[in-house]
Amino acid sequence: MTTLLQHPGYEEEKLQRVAELLLCREVQAGTLLSLMGQPQQRCYPSIFIYGHRASGKSHVMNVLLKELELPHAVVSCVECVSAVLLFEQVLLSFFGCDAVSLLPRSPSLSDFVRIYRQQCSPSPAKQTRYIVMEKAELLRDTDANLLPALLRLQELVEDNVTVILLSEIVWDKFRPNTGCFEPLLLHFPDYSKGELQQILSQDRNPSYSAEFYSAYINILLGVFYSVCRDLRELRHLAALNFSKFCEPLSEGKVKETDTHKLWRNIEPHLKKAMQTVYLREVSSLQWEQIQQMDEKETGALRGLSAHTHVELPYYSKFLLIAAYLASYNPARTDKRFFLKHHGKIRKTNFMKKNEKTSNHLLGPKPFPLDRLLAIFYSVVDSRVAPTASIFSQISSLVTLQLLAQVSHDDQLDAPKYKCAVSLDFICAISRTVNFDIVKYLYDFL
Amino acid sequence: MSTSSVSKGCFVFKPGAKKKKTVSLESYFTHGCEDAENSEVRFKLCQDLWDKIKTDTEILQDELNRKILDSLLDFTRKCSSTRKHSDWASQMRASEIPTAALVLGVNVPDHDMTFQSLSDLLQQSVTPHVASVQAKECGVLKHLMKKVLERLMGTVVAVDDEDEEETEQTDAYIHKSVHCSLGTLCDWYIAKTKKSSSGTPGKKRSSPVRDEQQQQQPPVVIIFKDLEAFNPRVLQDFILICSRYIERLPLMFIFGIATSPSTIQHMLPHSVSSLLCIELFQSLSCTQHLATVIDKLILTPKFPFKLNDKVMQVLISIFLYHDFSVRNFIKGLQLALLEHFHSQPLSVLCCRKQEALLHVTQLGHHNLERIRQLPSFKRYVEQQEAQEQVNLMTDDTHLKEVCQRLIKDLRKYHKNFYPILRCLHALTSSLPRYPLGKQIRELYLICLEKNVWENEDYQSAMKLLRMLAKDELIALLQKCAEILQPVKSKKMKNAFSQLEELLAKFKQLDAVAETASSVDDIITSPVKNLKKTDLFQLQKTLLELNESRRSKKLSPYEILRNEVLDFIDALVKSHLSSPEAQTLHEVCYYSLSATVRRHLNATPRTSIQAALSSPYYYLRNDSLKTEDGTVSNAAPDICIAYKLHLECGRLINLCDWLEAFSTVVSAAEGHDPESEHFGKVDEVKHARFIRAVSEIEFLGFIKSTKQKTDHVARLTWGGC
Ligand SMILES: Nc1ncnc2c1ncn2[C@@H]1O[C@H](COP(=O)(O)OP(=O)(O)OP(=O)(O)O)[C@@H](O)[C@H]1O
Ligand SMILES: [Mg+2]
Repeated sequence: MTTLLQHPGYEEEKLQRVAELLLCREVQAGTLLSLMGQPQQRCYPSIFIYGHRASGKSHVMNVLLKELELPHAVVSCVECVSAVLLFEQVLLSFFGCDAVSLLPRSPSLSDFVRIYRQQCSPSPAKQTRYIVMEKAELLRDTDANLLPALLRLQELVEDNVTVILLSEIVWDKFRPNTGCFEPLLLHFPDYSKGELQQILSQDRNPSYSAEFYSAYINILLGVFYSVCRDLRELRHLAALNFSKFCEPLSEGKVKETDTHKLWRNIEPHLKKAMQTVYLREVSSLQWEQIQQMDEKETGALRGLSAHTHVELPYYSKFLLIAAYLASYNPARTDKRFFLKHHGKIRKTNFMKKNEKTSNHLLGPKPFPLDRLLAIFYSVVDSRVAPTASIFSQISSLVTLQLLAQVSHDDQLDAPKYKCAVSLDFICAISRTVNFDIVKYLYDFL
Repeated sequence: MSTSSVSKGCFVFKPGAKKKKTVSLESYFTHGCEDAENSEVRFKLCQDLWDKIKTDTEILQDELNRKILDSLLDFTRKCSSTRKHSDWASQMRASEIPTAALVLGVNVPDHDMTFQSLSDLLQQSVTPHVASVQAKECGVLKHLMKKVLERLMGTVVAVDDEDEEETEQTDAYIHKSVHCSLGTLCDWYIAKTKKSSSGTPGKKRSSPVRDEQQQQQPPVVIIFKDLEAFNPRVLQDFILICSRYIERLPLMFIFGIATSPSTIQHMLPHSVSSLLCIELFQSLSCTQHLATVIDKLILTPKFPFKLNDKVMQVLISIFLYHDFSVRNFIKGLQLALLEHFHSQPLSVLCCRKQEALLHVTQLGHHNLERIRQLPSFKRYVEQQEAQEQVNLMTDDTHLKEVCQRLIKDLRKYHKNFYPILRCLHALTSSLPRYPLGKQIRELYLICLEKNVWENEDYQSAMKLLRMLAKDELIALLQKCAEILQPVKSKKMKNAFSQLEELLAKFKQLDAVAETASSVDDIITSPVKNLKKTDLFQLQKTLLELNESRRSKKLSPYEILRNEVLDFIDALVKSHLSSPEAQTLHEVCYYSLSATVRRHLNATPRTSIQAALSSPYYYLRNDSLKTEDGTVSNAAPDICIAYKLHLECGRLINLCDWLEAFSTVVSAAEGHDPESEHFGKVDEVKHARFIRAVSEIEFLGFIKSTKQKTDHVARLTWGGC
């Protein structure tokens, strides 16, 4: 089935092994190999590989570089909180610790290039050296000159080195507006359902037959393919639910070949998994425990998002209500809602049709502190002194992320806030203090 | 010192403990203390009492936390033991980072203590590698990494940052500074575990298999104290990095959550939360926590110091309305304690019995006069016969004797008060509509305020009790018996045996009923069915019941029920009278609620306004004294400018303001209003005005505006 990868300069056996490991990625691996050329030949300075999550980018690169025993350094850009770590890792994998110790404190890019050149001049590369940058999209947030420099590193250090960038984002979103050296682009398309089936079937449980496992994967994909194509996630789900799939078998009720009965047994279970473990409402540990419990007990277990109730001090509740009203009502309607004798406000003027019902769709609007307090004092049912703790409650609501501060932290006068809770949440809060919030919302008038 | 309380704002951090210790706590206490004569004794008493309260609360807190901490410890143990299995399923599934979501409630100031004991416990029994981080020290990923590494490895970690230059120069030579990456941590961990597993072979091990495993691979626990406050990006990146190392480094997270667990899903996208294996832990709610604290610290005769109803109300409303913080509640109690011993000279008598009796004999004439002035004592004197009255008012030795007796009475009163309070609560806390409150603190407040039986709600509670069905009533009475049984006071012992007798009678009733085998249908409780109905219904049924009762002959059960409830009523009336009615209650009860409120629930704006509009209030300078709220023109410039600005609208014309200011100031200088120079703006006045205006701006009453030239905008409303 696997067409052998063929390329001069590499051992036949190794290539064969690579081909076995890279199921469904033979085409990409082949392209890469031809780009790389023979080990001692120079390669194109930089290659940009993109494709969705778990489309095998890292996997392909790792297998190629490891199996073919090529000199390489793999660096993850999330981890490089500063460029130093990047420099260090590269120098370490190519030249050992001695080279690292030459780096000055807070090295610049040119320090790195200088040391690299210094190190490679006595021992120029016999084989192409590869630097693989994972999650390369993060390079856009670092020093502006780092990415352009990496793209033409070969030229800068005058060594046979190639930088391979892996990313989930297309190259167009990378290109700096000052222009730069264009890397070769290589796309990893998503796996099709059939390909996923093939790859997942590979890691079968040794105590069961290949057909049996493959049938299981088929059912699993039937349920999950529409919501999740992430190979990693599917593999995880397969592992979590396999024991349930085998249950009727070990109880002796069903034969391995009776796919229909097995399907009837597992399908509702997988559907439930889709709503719980897959969304991480329930942890995998709990999910495994649930499988051992009876149906009845599982009812009691609630997912993470089921816990939304928050207990708040009395005035904090009203502050939050006031903030919600300030965020979702137009300021000019405050008079109508909160003034006892607001007199005649003309209905037509008050109800601007286009404004109606759209406030909740538009999301919360920022409001100044003054307005919040004014509304607060008119909704709270008792007289409240403007004590320090009222103000500090506002900032603790911000810390709890129930309010969001819109203006900058440093701005002391007239800070602005937004309410960050949902309608359901605020309704639940209002109910506990007997405040009918819907009556005060412009959208629901 | 921490500023993570409910408040943001300005915090003053005084320089560390470099201060000379010449000024002792005691001299702070004695300074300005009411009546210095016995201030030393009072200071000592106060301190002893506070120490006792403090240790008690600490023990209490530990007990309350124990359950949740235990389950957390179990979780960590479970995670570290099930980590590496070689079976197929655990190899195939993604290795997630075990994460405990610890929901603690919004009372953030209380969390510190919980986390402290959690990390102590973890270090004692699970793993030496525990690091806690707080959001405010980790604004960016670099700093989060640095903190985690430093706390785990105990070294200084270099982050290439200019602002870190200073610390490094001093420390770098002492510690070998290391690079800030998880790789470093991983290497360190591997070295560490290798070392410890090869060394100390002779160590005793209780359960060899499990311990062995753990000793080789103890988890690395990272505690995020305040999850909500973290920058989501930082957290996401950190988790992404950690998950790359999870195969080599047995990491574990604990998220401290103040709101609800769904915040995790708001902060982390699926791609990140799928790297975690999250389990939920819910801690005790803060209201329950408060209830226990009140139960152990306040509702007990153990501590002689008491709060009166108003102070209690202030503390409880701060808790319920403002912060939900038990720690602050205890701080409030501490403040009241200090204030009491500081301001009440007679508080020397607020201590244990023997000590108090001794202190009575040592009272000077001065303090005895104070006793004579106490309202409660005056009331007592009035009730005595004429001769006795004279004796009490003139004879110091006689007064001392009487005082000793009164102190003893007060103690006895407290000994009986709390058990009966608990009984009454047990009886009434499950009645429909909770006439005497659901929580014991509500009932306690009622009892503090005035005699509880004079309260209407007490009457209706008694009425409801008189309708209870047999099993309900017996269950409640049994609870009361349990409360009374351990109390070591003669009266309570008596009450207990009487109650037992009554309970026995109920049992006899059972036996009789069985032989007679007649089921009385009135016994089935109407109260139970009432619980869900509305007030109107309730009243109606009550009326009907009363009617039917009058018309029908009472059953033996009803007779007995009445007997029991009369007995309870008598107990309440003899023991649950309000403390205000007790002679010498001022010695133990702290009553200055306004002071407590002013200290705990400050109103900065009101104080500033008070200072500006009536400077005499703070400056105590007689020339500033004025009638009817006007400001004398001799007041400080800022007060004058403030007063003038109150008369303006939203926008203030600076020029007019200056004119007015200069007129007032000239009047103060005694210039003749008729003279030519009067009210003229000279340079000095101009400068004074500018200074006053910028001070007012600094205080936040006005700000500059671009709406109109030469105008400023007012930021406060109302005023004139
Ligand atoms: N063709 C394949 N054959 C076998 N396993 C594969 C294949 N492609 C991917 N995998 C497996 O799927 C998982 C995810 O793949 P990989 O890490 O390469 O994705 P990625 O494209 O780098 O994703 P990300 O963008 O998130 O880094 C890995 O565990 C890898 O072993
Ligand atoms: Mg990858």
